[in-house]
Amino acid sequence: MWVTKPGARMLAASCLALMSFSTTAEPVSEGAMLSITCNGCHGPDGKSTGSIPAIGGKSADYIEKALLDFRDDKRPSTVMKRHAKGYSDAQIKLIAEYFAAKK
Amino acid sequence: MKKNMTRRNFIKASGAIVSSASLGSLLWPVKSFGLGGKPKPRVVIVGGGFGGVTCARYIKKFDTNIDVTLIERDTQFVTCPFSNLVLGGLRDMNSITYNYDAVKNKDGVNVIHDEVTDIDMEKRQIKTKGGQTFDYDRAVFSPGIDFLWDKVEGYSEADVETIPHAWKAGKQTTLLKSQLEAMEDGGTFVMVAPPNPFRCPPGPYERASMIAHYLKTNKPKSKVIILDAKENFSKQPLFTKGWEALYPGMIEWVAGTKGGIVTRADAKNMELHNEAGDTIKGAVINYIPHQAAGTIARKLGLADATGWCPVNQKTFESTLHKNIHVIGDSSVSDPLPKSGYAASSEGKMCAAAVVAAINGIEMPNPSYSNTCYSLVGPDYGISIAAVYRFDGAKIISVDGAGGVSPADADESFRRAEALYASGWYTSITQELFG
Ligand SMILES: Cc1cc2nc3c(=O)[nH]c(=O)nc-3n(C[C@H](O)[C@H](O)[C@H](O)COP(=O)(O)OP(=O)(O)OC[C@H]3O[C@@H](n4cnc5c(N)ncnc54)[C@H](O)[C@@H]3O)c2cc1C
Ligand code: HEC
Repeated sequence: MWVTKPGARMLAASCLALMSFSTTAEPVSEGAMLSITCNGCHGPDGKSTGSIPAIGGKSADYIEKALLDFRDDKRPSTVMKRHAKGYSDAQIKLIAEYFAAKK
Repeated sequence: MKKNMTRRNFIKASGAIVSSASLGSLLWPVKSFGLGGKPKPRVVIVGGGFGGVTCARYIKKFDTNIDVTLIERDTQFVTCPFSNLVLGGLRDMNSITYNYDAVKNKDGVNVIHDEVTDIDMEKRQIKTKGGQTFDYDRAVFSPGIDFLWDKVEGYSEADVETIPHAWKAGKQTTLLKSQLEAMEDGGTFVMVAPPNPFRCPPGPYERASMIAHYLKTNKPKSKVIILDAKENFSKQPLFTKGWEALYPGMIEWVAGTKGGIVTRADAKNMELHNEAGDTIKGAVINYIPHQAAGTIARKLGLADATGWCPVNQKTFESTLHKNIHVIGDSSVSDPLPKSGYAASSEGKMCAAAVVAAINGIEMPNPSYSNTCYSLVGPDYGISIAAVYRFDGAKIISVDGAGGVSPADADESFRRAEALYASGWYTSITQELFG
């Protein structure tokens, strides 16, 4: 499964998601894969400085609720509904945690 | 939050307990860390546009120990996105022109301004016009598109000073703009729109809109004709509705079977000839040529007979050559469109794939999205969006997500989307060059 090169150890899958390749680098996690495509509109690490609201550093609960509400037609939007409908509850949780960590 | 959790509960496969301090070196020994005197892994990226720059910066984000070299021909990058707004008089060239300082200084990417001319796939070396050679463990190509000049009689590279394409932003954009400025009121602007596939499916129609805006404001007796090789186009109902609202009677769109297919161009007399035998005169003509993967990708054997580059849809590694990835407009990645947003989304997933491969781990499932905003008028924005996944074999568009702006939206909705279009532009250019 998560076997690294010969000589390295085998690790539990849950662990991999949290690994990074240096002290400053970000892990290649499932949460990151789902989230970084949002940066195209919400800016690097979700910290938009333009007319689209910043999401980086907002609380996980806030982001999760916003995405669920957009998805389930409970909050009006121009484009977010069309994006939010592409993600499951579990994926939305991962995304919310990812951006909440971008303090 | 998660990070702390890992630090505390550190792990336990085959019974081993690993402390967080030693985690890095245990997991990614030697290569990634350049220990034992071995060189750092090297990635060479060809093309410093939407795909290439994004990929370079995200590789550094995921693994600062990889040595990333970005080779780009030009010292400045002019974005095609929003170049139509320059034609419409909403922006100036300066506001869409960038340099590579942040890519170099903030991320430590080695930026080389030179033209890639050759590759030695055995030795894993990339060569430039300037005589430089770069070794790579993995290479990423994102050279965009180039034009096929043999598709129509009478229009070749020599004619672009008279009949601009302006489908790569820069001098060509400035030229087309100055031609429009020199045109008399009552003149006809003719655009020739290309057959599929081509860069930016809604682009020609946003351009027609922006030029109509400029003409309506400055030369209201003028006309816009679009000769299209196709039978329909991206966001067509929304564009058509917007044109009726903002520029009634000004824009005429001609489908391929109705005379839109141009068979001959005559730059000297500023004439186009179509399949039906008509002659269409233009005071200003904008010919958007047939397109294929960037010349360098075709020259180096990364493209197949279609002229585009087939790739593994998860990692964007070429299916024709190992250790070389192709992203952006050059790659075959549909249903992802040939857009800057998609190229950037691909650049991020390719960065993850490259980092995973170099470190010998499995890449998590990729996820992509795209949104193309178009301005029909300064306060009239429309969009098309989609979310994509990898289904184990190919990229698929997620059912139920995405789609175009509502047909019946009111003025405030269109105004909001015009505002968000500029928000998108701010964000994506910050990702690239900020
Ligand atoms: C008018 C217009 C409007 C558009 N509007 C939008 C929009 O609103 N939204 C959107 O998402 N997309 C838009 N696009 C599409 C977008 O511009 C492209 O899809 C995007 O640029 C593709 O990225 P890329 O990395 O494949 O190529 P590019 O961004 O073109 O980058 C390729 C780079 O490679 C370099 N290069 C090529 N060959 C070599 C070589 N041999 N050696 C060194 N360097 C080389 C080039 O100089 C260039 O800088 C628009 C396009 C046009 C024409
Ligand atoms: C095409 C641009 C675009 C993309 C892509 C996009 N967003 Fe948004 N986002 C917006 C806009 C615009 C709004 C304002 C609501 C609206 O009109 O849709 C918004 C609003 C939000 C909000 C509410 C912010 C607040 O302050 O209440 C959240 C949370 C959010 N987006 C998260 C995301 C996430 C997560 C993704 C990726 C899965 C994403 N967005 C992708 C444009 C985008």
